[in-house]
Amino acid sequence: MPPGVPGGAASAAGLSRRWAVGFLTPAMLLIGVFLAFPAIWTIYLGLTDFRLLGPQALHTKFVGLGNYQQALTGGDFLHSLYITVVYVLLSAVIGQCVFGFTLAWVFRQWKGPLRRVMESLIIVAWIVPGSVVAFLWLAYLQGNIGPLTETGTLNTILGGIGLNWWLQLPMLSIVIFNIWRGTAFSMLLFGAAIQAIPPSYIETARVAGASGWQLIRDVVIPRSRGHILTNLLLISLWTFNDFTPFLLTGGGPGNQTQFLPVYVYQQAFQQGALGYGAALSTLVLLINLLIALAYMRILKERR
Amino acid sequence: MAEGTLPAAPPAADTRWLVRAVIARVQLYVFIALVAAFFALPMAWLVLSPFDAHPTLVAGLAHPTLANFADMFRNPAVRGSLLNSVLLALGTMVVVVATAALAAYALSRVHVPGHNVILYVLLLFSSVVTGSAAMVPIFLLAYDLHIINTITGVVLVLAGGLLPAAIFILKDFMDSTPASYEESARVFGAGPFQILRDIVVPLVRPGLAVIAVWSMVTVWGNFLTPFILLRDPSLTPASVQIYSFYSAGGTANLRLISTFGLLYTLPVVVMYLVVQNRYGFRFYGGIKH
Amino acid sequence: MGKWRPTARSFATVGSVALLAALTGGGITAAGKTAASSPVTLSVEINGVLSGKNAAEAVWLTRDVFPRFEKSMAARGQTVHVKLIGSGVSGTDYATALALDIKAGGGPDIFDLDGPYYGEFASAGYLKPLSQVIGPAASRWPGWKLIPPTVQAITEFKGQQYGIPGGTDARVLFYNTKLFRDAGIATPWQPTSWADLIATARTLQQKDPGIEALQIDGGSLMGEATTLQGYLPILAGAGQLIWNQTTGKWQGNTPAMRAAANFYHTIYASGLANSQLQLGPNGRNQTFQAFSQNQVGIYLESEYLYESVIVNNGTGLYPMPNRNQDVAWAFIPAETPGAGIRGQNFVTLSGGGGTTINPHTKHPQLAWDLLTFMDSTQSLLRYEPIKQFISSNSQVDSIALKSDALLTFISQKCLPITAYRPSLAVYPQVSLLIQQLAQNLSTGMSVNAALSSYVSQLQKTVGAGNVTNS
Repeated sequence: MPPGVPGGAASAAGLSRRWAVGFLTPAMLLIGVFLAFPAIWTIYLGLTDFRLLGPQALHTKFVGLGNYQQALTGGDFLHSLYITVVYVLLSAVIGQCVFGFTLAWVFRQWKGPLRRVMESLIIVAWIVPGSVVAFLWLAYLQGNIGPLTETGTLNTILGGIGLNWWLQLPMLSIVIFNIWRGTAFSMLLFGAAIQAIPPSYIETARVAGASGWQLIRDVVIPRSRGHILTNLLLISLWTFNDFTPFLLTGGGPGNQTQFLPVYVYQQAFQQGALGYGAALSTLVLLINLLIALAYMRILKERR
Repeated sequence: MAEGTLPAAPPAADTRWLVRAVIARVQLYVFIALVAAFFALPMAWLVLSPFDAHPTLVAGLAHPTLANFADMFRNPAVRGSLLNSVLLALGTMVVVVATAALAAYALSRVHVPGHNVILYVLLLFSSVVTGSAAMVPIFLLAYDLHIINTITGVVLVLAGGLLPAAIFILKDFMDSTPASYEESARVFGAGPFQILRDIVVPLVRPGLAVIAVWSMVTVWGNFLTPFILLRDPSLTPASVQIYSFYSAGGTANLRLISTFGLLYTLPVVVMYLVVQNRYGFRFYGGIKH
Repeated sequence: MGKWRPTARSFATVGSVALLAALTGGGITAAGKTAASSPVTLSVEINGVLSGKNAAEAVWLTRDVFPRFEKSMAARGQTVHVKLIGSGVSGTDYATALALDIKAGGGPDIFDLDGPYYGEFASAGYLKPLSQVIGPAASRWPGWKLIPPTVQAITEFKGQQYGIPGGTDARVLFYNTKLFRDAGIATPWQPTSWADLIATARTLQQKDPGIEALQIDGGSLMGEATTLQGYLPILAGAGQLIWNQTTGKWQGNTPAMRAAANFYHTIYASGLANSQLQLGPNGRNQTFQAFSQNQVGIYLESEYLYESVIVNNGTGLYPMPNRNQDVAWAFIPAETPGAGIRGQNFVTLSGGGGTTINPHTKHPQLAWDLLTFMDSTQSLLRYEPIKQFISSNSQVDSIALKSDALLTFISQKCLPITAYRPSLAVYPQVSLLIQQLAQNLSTGMSVNAALSSYVSQLQKTVGAGNVTNS
């Protein structure tokens, strides 16, 4: 980070403070009006029993921390939180991160069309719109229930297994889905990290007889710490707040995939309990904050 | 397998090395084939079903036809919705890239006390605002600002939600470009806008491309915001239109869903390929702390 | 809200909120002048689009009703332009968007609204009784006489009428005559009690254990289907509606609830019904498909199954080539004869919606003119050829449905004995509890455990004082 320059004097790059403020203004205006303001309003709604429909829409009461008490003492929120953490750990922290790194490492010195085809394939999985992706995966993993209903592509390929994926293995199915969906980002980011390591470092280690794994452990990982942190932070937050699972399982069967964003949606939108939903959103924000702090702490300790 | 990818010069007569190299190669290609299958198979349905007169849930092409596309193009709502999505995505992308680039540059070159904390807090706020609970505040805000039922309104709301992450990522790109060019340009009398346009933007172009693609893709798939803010059917984007292919009973028409799904997906894929060819869609060691 | 007073039949100077114009699309305020003669734009919102979801209603409105209405108004010296605001989304999304619009002070002049939302909208202040919005003229509309009293309940809330009922439906037992023949069961078939129904299902199951003998929706992801064509008709067969209008109490752990829960538990535990079909997000489609492939013996559904899903005219999702021969229907029996609601032998439940007027409209009288024009016998008879449906107008049904045996059966035999869901604001929440109850029963939870968990949640939702256990 370039050193700060006090007062109104120009920075090293020649940007005066006044210009900097000018450059910041449009973004801050947009963020202030369309992000910060509704976010604060939502946090306020979390202190009321507001609903969009029904009598509470007309006569909204202030309930203080009642919604929070309801969330933290009822079982539903804690259950959702627990399975969301498991989902983030398995699909993002382990799945996307490790798989993305492996792909970046394997692809690192490849040139030519095959690599571009592979990368494009992986990236396309990342950019296809959510509603389409959800339908694709519903069709792909559609289970056959007894002899009577349609089955999906995967079961047709696997032949006799005949698993009813979304019902029998909902968590595993959704974890695999999220790895498929999001690995591209980790791959791209780690690709950049590996490329940024001066080739001489790797050469030196090679000459010294380091194996591939030693190379990764002693050279690549230490030199990509910043990338790893950024990646973990962003993919954890994205997965934590991802709504696509709702389109796939609707939170079910039962409440087995009722991740937090699904729970918030069910409460706020389907049940219309906007006050309670807003309180849940605020709790999600606080949990996101904890995730961010935890990552920064880990980074600091390792440095 | 990873070792096999290093094309080190073979020591001439070492057959053991050769065997090892061959095994590593084979392992590599098996791995690649598995990865390709993992990523390609779920997509097969989308690529095949639109060309089938009676698609089922299994990817296949039993009754090839182009009639599904003819049906689609005859439907004016389909054409209009795709165009509206383009307008929304382009509009938001321009707003986000322009304002985020300015802000990220300023934050990167001038020290603002506590800017990291502010960025983190804003990043976290965006998770609240993109959730369903903020629906009412956003709607009432847009209503009071008279931007309800306009493309502009949706663009501004979406841009507000995307900006923190965009600034966050772009600032990393900016930090990793040396300020020395800018200094020399300044010595030669260039103003801040000129420096930004002629020196900084070309240097961080891959970062801008990433933000551009990311923001367009996000907007392209967003349902809730355009849905609550737009009423006029002529403004409906594709992300909302796709639900009109479910019947009143909630059952999906596979023929229409698959065909529309493909039409709805193609623009983002094409856009990605274009950006990839022109700028190279990757991060050049950009992100660090 | 509150800007508008009942006296505004003189639709002259209502509000001047420029905001409103943006949403109603009109932008015609004509403040303080003779608004009657200046051009007026009315907007109508429905959950349907041309060439998409519910296309028929959009076609009927834009190509028939609106032009004819505009013409008839022009003849009276009033220039009116009517425009359609169509969407093609889920029912919840549609209602949410309307609620947001009206909350903010805008919205369309006239809109379709599903039955159960009337209570929610009314108690949130988003709707006012017709007697307030229109005045006494509303109750003098001659069309009311053509709508059976049971059916007028669709748009009623707390004794006030908020709109005009539109299409309705009813639930029956569909059965597969092929499977019945194979099992040696005589057709036409009409069970007279639950025991009778279960005995028939057992016979079917013994003949072919691979089929689902008696499928009744019981999964929470099936949503309202599980309530409306699952638990509530069964409960009605045990003599109770989920909410008693007279006492104002919800059914808790009552004898009728225990009977219905026992019925559910029995058919799922004995394998007559299949819970696997019900649990996935695509469960309703899968059940439809299974039925179309002769894999379901008896299936409690609305006429939607017969007219739109298994129909073999190119539009059905799972067509049955010999539908008319292979599928027949029967009344849903009460637990024992005479044990149903109102002492009936047979029961059914109906859903439906209606069309209502936005209290924010600047032209209530014109909106009412348009609404009654839309729902006139003459206009509805022009709708039927585009898409056959069961109108709440019995005169229309007797003419338009003559050639369709099922729809005639429903209109003439089922509607007079039908019941509707409570149009109470809290109903959708109770419905979710019922869906969970049905799912618990269908996946093997004991009747006592399932009911006690239901009752404790119900007490939290509606207040313990509003639940009866006797």
